[in-house]
Amino acid sequence: MTPHRAQPPAAPPLLQRRQFMQAAAATALGAAASGCTAPPPAVQAPARTPGHGRGPAVHTGRGSGHVVVIGGGYGGATAARYIRQWSAQRVHVTLVEPQAAFISCPLSNLVLGSGLPLARVTLPYEHLARQHGVRLVADRAMRIDPARRTVALAGGQTLAYDRLVLSPGIDFMWEMLPGLARPEARQRVPHAWKAGAQTMALRRQLEAMPDGGVFALTIPPAPYRCPPGPYERASLIAHYFRQAKPRAKVLVLDANDDVISKGALFKQIWAERYAGTLEYRPAHALADVDAATGALHFEFHDAVRADVLNVLPPMRAADLAVHTGLATANGRWCEVNWLTHEALAAPHIHVLGDALQTAPLMPKSAHMANQHGKVCAAAIVALLDGHPPNPLPLYNNTCYSFVNSDEAMHVASVHRYDAARQTMLTVPGAGGLSSAASALEGHHAWAWARNIWADTLAVPTA
Amino acid sequence: MKFLLSRLTLAGALLTAQPALAQRAPVPTPDDAAQARNWAAACFACHGPDGRAAPGSLPLAGMPASELEQAMRHFRTGARPATVMHQIAKGYTGEQVAAIARWFAAQHGQPAPAAGAAATP
Repeated sequence: MTPHRAQPPAAPPLLQRRQFMQAAAATALGAAASGCTAPPPAVQAPARTPGHGRGPAVHTGRGSGHVVVIGGGYGGATAARYIRQWSAQRVHVTLVEPQAAFISCPLSNLVLGSGLPLARVTLPYEHLARQHGVRLVADRAMRIDPARRTVALAGGQTLAYDRLVLSPGIDFMWEMLPGLARPEARQRVPHAWKAGAQTMALRRQLEAMPDGGVFALTIPPAPYRCPPGPYERASLIAHYFRQAKPRAKVLVLDANDDVISKGALFKQIWAERYAGTLEYRPAHALADVDAATGALHFEFHDAVRADVLNVLPPMRAADLAVHTGLATANGRWCEVNWLTHEALAAPHIHVLGDALQTAPLMPKSAHMANQHGKVCAAAIVALLDGHPPNPLPLYNNTCYSFVNSDEAMHVASVHRYDAARQTMLTVPGAGGLSSAASALEGHHAWAWARNIWADTLAVPTA
Repeated sequence: MKFLLSRLTLAGALLTAQPALAQRAPVPTPDDAAQARNWAAACFACHGPDGRAAPGSLPLAGMPASELEQAMRHFRTGARPATVMHQIAKGYTGEQVAAIARWFAAQHGQPAPAAGAAATP
């Protein structure tokens, strides 16, 4: 860290600041009127010395500054909201997200297995602008320059930042599966592990599959996004087949040696409810996919053919994080300081969510990304104010999985900072699993969704 | 990064680890209010922003601190049945619960939900 960063932050010149506020207000109004994310405004970021990002931002007042947030998922949207809220709107926040609306991965397996409309898990970003004054930029971040502290967007705009929040999610290690190198092959074999068009593509394939057909789901080696998610998906598609295609089969081919989350609960559900419909095969490491013939090739087992293939490729932090040099753990995941979420590889860049090299027993979950967003927001506001961050982060995780349209079960944990080991550790004796899936917990899962959407996106709770 | 780490070390009360740096760093003002807010914020995911809950979850905003503390004690002992809160409650010390409860008590509340609307998760 260079010496001048230790100086107290300084406010931008008043005129610049007022112009920015006006631009932000106009953007927020535009978003409200159109009902979708605002177009990229032409204004440059505030609080910069002349030269547009050639050099560090210097500000002069308590807690001002400009934070760019890349990625409007559970981590980034939460951070954007709380940096504004907890700085009493002093810190300017620009949220860069190419999608016009937020589509939740949690509950999206109900779209596949229960016919839930995708619209039910789709939410607007506009409340972040209207309620909190977050500037929304509907564009894709292409390149980060950590030295100049700038972000280049696909649309040609360059944003300068004092601190950057990167919540990029995951990308797939396609290089591990040569048969899916071509886009046509990937269209035929959806992952549906980023909710949206992929989810609907897989749903259509399931609907078109004849009764008596086989649906095959491959699970990559851990760690991957949402540990119980594949097993929930298998359960819900078995539920769908029982109702609509009673002779159809779900074949789960797991690279891991056993079900890695809620294992006993899932296996009990499969034995009691989906016997004859769902078959689970552990230790099936996928070697390649032949999309044209519907064949899955494994390292140590015979090939399997199926009518509908759903391949979850091995995952890593999203490309932007890797290309910026932040994936310091095996080139796959980003290591951070757990007090601030600042990347170990780059000061002033804070990384959240599934892209992280997680702490022990910390899942890559939406709930956890939401918690990261708040820890990071509090730390950034404190640092811009010249205060140390909270020395003892303490938060929890709850992940619900549906096993049919109505019944769900959970896994929960509590995580606190361990100063000696400088990581988050689970609190011994806390956390646990459901005793069984139930309709009551199905209601709780929906309540969880409504509340975390309100928390993350500022959508009204009523 | 070094500067930051030295301050984090200070904040973490590990003064002996880097005495020279610690002496040079500014003394942090304990910000208990911010810490209580940050801890409480972990509850927002299920209980709504600032504890103002969406339907189906118990609102915590404006709840008297003694009530929330008692609920957490009863979750911990099993006196109050729950599907998940008995597991979460065991992860918090009495002092942490007290700080969180005071923070929620200071938030302005919301109209109580209709009777029976909120089961205990």
